[in-house]
Amino acid sequence: MEAAKELHVLAVDDSNIDRKLIEKLLKVSSFKVTVVDSGSRALEYLRLDDDTCSSRFDDLKVNLIITDYSMPGMTGYELLKKIKNSSTLKEIPVVIMSSENILTRIDRCLEEGAEDYLLKPVKLSDVTRLKDTILNTKNRLPRSCHMNASMSPPVSPAPKLC
Amino acid sequence: MDQRNQMHRHIANTRKSLFDQGYLDEQFIQLEELQDNSNPNFVEEVVTLFYRDSARFLSNLDQALEKRPLDFNKLDSLMHQFKSSSTSIGAKKVKTECTHFRNYCNARNAEGCKRTFQNVKKEYTTLRKKLEAYFQMSRQVGPIETACRSR
Repeated sequence: MEAAKELHVLAVDDSNIDRKLIEKLLKVSSFKVTVVDSGSRALEYLRLDDDTCSSRFDDLKVNLIITDYSMPGMTGYELLKKIKNSSTLKEIPVVIMSSENILTRIDRCLEEGAEDYLLKPVKLSDVTRLKDTILNTKNRLPRSCHMNASMSPPVSPAPKLC
Repeated sequence: MDQRNQMHRHIANTRKSLFDQGYLDEQFIQLEELQDNSNPNFVEEVVTLFYRDSARFLSNLDQALEKRPLDFNKLDSLMHQFKSSSTSIGAKKVKTECTHFRNYCNARNAEGCKRTFQNVKKEYTTLRKKLEAYFQMSRQVGPIETACRSR
């Protein structure tokens, strides 16, 4: 049963301290965690994961990506765009973390498909909420889904954009 | 037994004063709450990482402040990193000085930057000394004791 299995989060942050913190926060919240220090390493991991991934390797599947916004090289926003533009990766929910509370930045990220934008320093309550984020994403109909007249609307709750 | 209680009280008071005097904020408590028996030195590990990263950030800032003319964008970017680290461990006074520095960067004020950078370094050094003393004391009574803190 899916609920009993550990959800796997890929965390991306260039800061040593923030990586240590997010890893701990995720582990304390019973997530399985993989931490990388850049967007390019995140993509490497996801693509590698994707190549070896068949239905047999569900254990390795990444259920959520949480990434810092301000990173050298590839920003969290650029990583988000790459993920949402990838046919194989776009269904993975992405959450952005940032120390900066800039409305235009938040809007841009949400518009690009981020599920949430967390202000740093990230708290335990933010992390435990990620489980809901993952579940909401799973219950959501794919965007290309068309309903015909004979189908009734879904009963699952609408996704929250916090 | 009495001496032990005295030590505990001293450590608790030291810890409390770090908050009361504004050196640390709520984020430090978040770190403490993540510490448990499976990871009894978590807070000290994070703080040690902070010292290591800070040495690098401050050195980079020192170098960048030597350049003529000053590259304010680079200075701001470097200070953003240091401020992020400081925020992550709850270093309240250090964080405030970092903000002042960034304000001077935005205003392209070289003198302001150099002056506030001295304050940043001063606050960092002060905090480090206090934290080192606090952890040393805590280690003397044993790691499990420090996980049980009085609020």
